Amino acid sequence: MATQIEHQQTRRDFLYVATGAVGAVGVAAAAWPLINQLNPDASTLALATIEFSLDGIEEGQSVTILWRGLPVFVRHRTPEEIEAARSVSLAELKDPQTDEERTKEGHEEWLVMIANCTHLGCVPVGESGDFNGWFCPCHGSHYDTAGRVRRGPAPANLVVPPYEFLSDSLIQIG
Amino acid sequence: MSEHSTYQPGNGAEKWLDDRLPAVRFAKEHLMDFPTPKNLNYWWTFGAILVMCLVIQIVTGVVLAMHYTPQVDLAFDSVEHIRRNVNGGRVIQAVHSVGASMFFAAIYVHIFRGLYFGSYKAPREVLWMIGVLIFVTLMATAFMGYVLPWGQMSFWGATVITNIFSAIPIVGDPLLQLIRGGFAVDNATLNRFFSLHYLLPFIIAALVVLHIWALHVPGNNNPTGVEVKSSRDTVAFHPYYTMKDLFAAVVFLIPFAWFAFFAPDILGHPDNYIQANSQVTPAHIVPEWYLLPFYTILRAIDFNVLFINSKLGGVIAMFGSMIVLLILPWLDRSPVRSGNFRPMFRWFYWLFVINFIALGYLGAQPAEGIYVLIAKLCVAYYFAYFLVILPVLSRIEMPRPLPASISESVLGKAHS
Repeated sequence: MATQIEHQQTRRDFLYVATGAVGAVGVAAAAWPLINQLNPDASTLALATIEFSLDGIEEGQSVTILWRGLPVFVRHRTPEEIEAARSVSLAELKDPQTDEERTKEGHEEWLVMIANCTHLGCVPVGESGDFNGWFCPCHGSHYDTAGRVRRGPAPANLVVPPYEFLSDSLIQIG
Repeated sequence: MSEHSTYQPGNGAEKWLDDRLPAVRFAKEHLMDFPTPKNLNYWWTFGAILVMCLVIQIVTGVVLAMHYTPQVDLAFDSVEHIRRNVNGGRVIQAVHSVGASMFFAAIYVHIFRGLYFGSYKAPREVLWMIGVLIFVTLMATAFMGYVLPWGQMSFWGATVITNIFSAIPIVGDPLLQLIRGGFAVDNATLNRFFSLHYLLPFIIAALVVLHIWALHVPGNNNPTGVEVKSSRDTVAFHPYYTMKDLFAAVVFLIPFAWFAFFAPDILGHPDNYIQANSQVTPAHIVPEWYLLPFYTILRAIDFNVLFINSKLGGVIAMFGSMIVLLILPWLDRSPVRSGNFRPMFRWFYWLFVINFIALGYLGAQPAEGIYVLIAKLCVAYYFAYFLVILPVLSRIEMPRPLPASISESVLGKAHS
């Protein structure tokens, strides 16, 4: 008798759990579109690749362009800046990366980086800070002439976006 | 608490309604006859003041939404349009923006009153935790509201605060894009913030109902921290406290009106009268004053701890500063509620108040030089107060003798 009652309870429990599981899957399936609509829409994603001409950017000059709504620094570095960036030993760096890893071979004078501080996204100010690179006024992060973080709360170097040289004076970002 | 009700349906219609929906009975029990300790001081009026603030924000906010346009090219101008062209818009917009500051001023007083008089202790833990939830939701609501005028501080505040979520390992970046609806703060972000800024006040209103419900189960704490023992310790909420709260609300409205009429922009930031520009960060980003203490905690962590980098560390510290509030009832184990009877606690409490003001001051200063060091010390004290000082005090402190009852504490003073 006792076993029969147990048996009945198990069957009923199974039905409860099965019904609940189907219900939960249904709720999740209905919720997903309502969450997914928050993601970047097609018109935002369509702007993912741009081309940019480097003509007219003199040595020591920087420009800021927009890529996917994000500002991007394109800097024509001076030989002294490149020298300063290369003379730093990796042991001193919070996010160790060589200058070569942050530029394209044969185009070392060009530095292309997303212009948002890796801390909380402010746009750092150029040619300032304790390392003559960039200084973020929001929370005091200092970057060197290769855009590598040297001091402050930022956890990583300024991000180099995926880009390539189509010719000596034309780059494609994205 | 129905045993305290003296409600007798007056006529046939009231009796008929009372048998079907006892709304009048409910209001009489909870808004009029509710037995309230007779020794509540003016610090206890801020609950009612906060309800008033919420009503002011909802009413002015609904009206502003009739004229505001949540679109990146139009939002900034539409706010100026409200201030210059809409009938009475200058005052309505000022009351709403000043109202946010006054709301926070009142909620900070309310929270610090609870901290001093031990209002978070058993049996009021759930009441306290709902209050913390209201506070956090209020911060989120105020932050999103500040984004809507789409000035420079709006935009960069939104950028910095949404970026907090990118610190979360693995899911951080997809989550950030989900929150922003793009790779940067843009039109999609502005639109959803407007939608949520309209929704959240009603969520807060629902939480307030739960807060008052949780209050009316054990009843009010009071300045002695001694529980109500008999009806001699209490008076009816109406008219005694409705009048006291009303008087306090009128006094509270004096500085409120002064700000709204004479200095509506004094609590804001001049940079927010420059339209948002995604390529230029203002030299000095500061949130509104009421978020500054938590902003200081966020940026004070500029060093890596083991595998946690400085950015994630700051985010953990900031959320941690709210989570310690949530678990406070289990950190302070002293059986004595009121700081009036805790000689050691009082020193640490007032130091905590000064420390919290200092955290706010530091949030408005640039993150350089001596400020960085002081900020770290202040953050350390903030956490030490909750995690070390209160647990230790509850073991070593010898409290002063408590009065036998509220009635005795009130009458004893008069007789001696």
